[in-house]
Amino acid sequence: MVVVNIEKCGHCGACVAVCPTNSIELIESCLRIGDTCTSCATCITVCPVGALSAEGEP
Amino acid sequence: MRDEYDVIVVGAGPGGSIAARSAAERCDVLLIEKRQEIGDPVRCAEFVPKDQFLKASKYIELNKKWIASKINGMRFNAPDGTTFDASGELLGIEEELGYVLERKIFDRQLAKDAARAGVDITVRTRATGLIVEDGHVKGVKLNRLGEDFEVRSKVVIGADGVESQVGRWGGINTTLKLKNIACGVQYLMTNVDMIEDFLHIYGGSQAPGGYVWIFPKGDKTANIGLGVLGSKLSRKRPIDYLNEFVSKNIPEGQPVELVMGGVPLSDALKTIVSNGLMLIGDAARHTEPLTGGGILTAIRGGTIAGEVAQKAVHQNDSSVRVLREYETRWHDPFGKIHKSMYKLKEFVIGLSDDEFNKLVRALKDIKPQMSAVEIARRLLAANPKLVFLIPHLSVIRKYV
Repeated sequence: MVVVNIEKCGHCGACVAVCPTNSIELIESCLRIGDTCTSCATCITVCPVGALSAEGEP
Repeated sequence: MRDEYDVIVVGAGPGGSIAARSAAERCDVLLIEKRQEIGDPVRCAEFVPKDQFLKASKYIELNKKWIASKINGMRFNAPDGTTFDASGELLGIEEELGYVLERKIFDRQLAKDAARAGVDITVRTRATGLIVEDGHVKGVKLNRLGEDFEVRSKVVIGADGVESQVGRWGGINTTLKLKNIACGVQYLMTNVDMIEDFLHIYGGSQAPGGYVWIFPKGDKTANIGLGVLGSKLSRKRPIDYLNEFVSKNIPEGQPVELVMGGVPLSDALKTIVSNGLMLIGDAARHTEPLTGGGILTAIRGGTIAGEVAQKAVHQNDSSVRVLREYETRWHDPFGKIHKSMYKLKEFVIGLSDDEFNKLVRALKDIKPQMSAVEIARRLLAANPKLVFLIPHLSVIRKYV
């Protein structure tokens, strides 16, 4: 599972656009990652500020 | 708000508002915006070329309230510091080349224009799904302030931007590959000393697979940002690239705003319509793949989609058979331009810093009186691979 650091997230939606399972939803300043997430990490790669990470990793 | 409309538009950016207004000529239209405020935050560098902008839609009338600054030229900066100025004189354009908009005002104006044309608008209202019956989109599932409800329609127009869900719900795969998205960050910065009527573009490894921009908004203030191609990103984040650029080039600059955004730079999608559904703008991945510009394409697409929606509603047939007209009208000319721009993008993202330097040096020596053949000869000498792009450059030249 991917987790979001809400202190870093800039609510841009880049992660939503690349998610192959459509598991991420951006609602204004709230990013929700659904349980269909396969931890493929594509979203982690595109985040402009590094707000996303694999659970358990810094 | 009623529980049934002819047309529902999801997303009140420029494309959505124009689509709603266009459809409202002959239809009942509902325009949905998930944010609390239309037009804010702005995820855009805000430049539009004047001639194309004014021609993009019959619904655009120039209004100085939403023009931040007028632009008369572009300065390209190579990694080694070589610069090339594409001035109005060199390009043979007498008036200004374009404008840096004040999108917060512009987007709201377009929404207000739509409302005046009879469109119902709802904000802080999020689409949570589509109503699909027998493979045909029949409306939108919504949530407003925590309350779930449904609104039915004959046509849905998805204008929900880079993070679009509407297309995927309707069976159109809009997922972007890493090589087809630029990950952007931008400061609105003040205390910036620059030529205030020029766009400033920096290519090369300062923003791998993308570029840095300084777009002046007047009063020593500018949008300063960059996009890095997703496939060129590793541990270093776009914000790190931007902070490096700013501390090196604009140490005295102070930020007034920080925004982030994903920019689709994708090849054309196979389809942008399904039964009862059309996609426009960033949601349709119509963003110009070379420049990342999305305002013009959204406005053009919105205008056409609104017209086709009218037709579908009045023929009482919103199947792909009727909606396909939007796709066809988009394809020629805009789809063709898009394809050629994509080829150009593929070329540009493959350039090394050294190749960038050579090209900018060759461009620098261009004089207004030179013939097209002479210019082509010099550019080909700087980079022979350009020969493969000649057909694409001529497509763009023909239409733009």
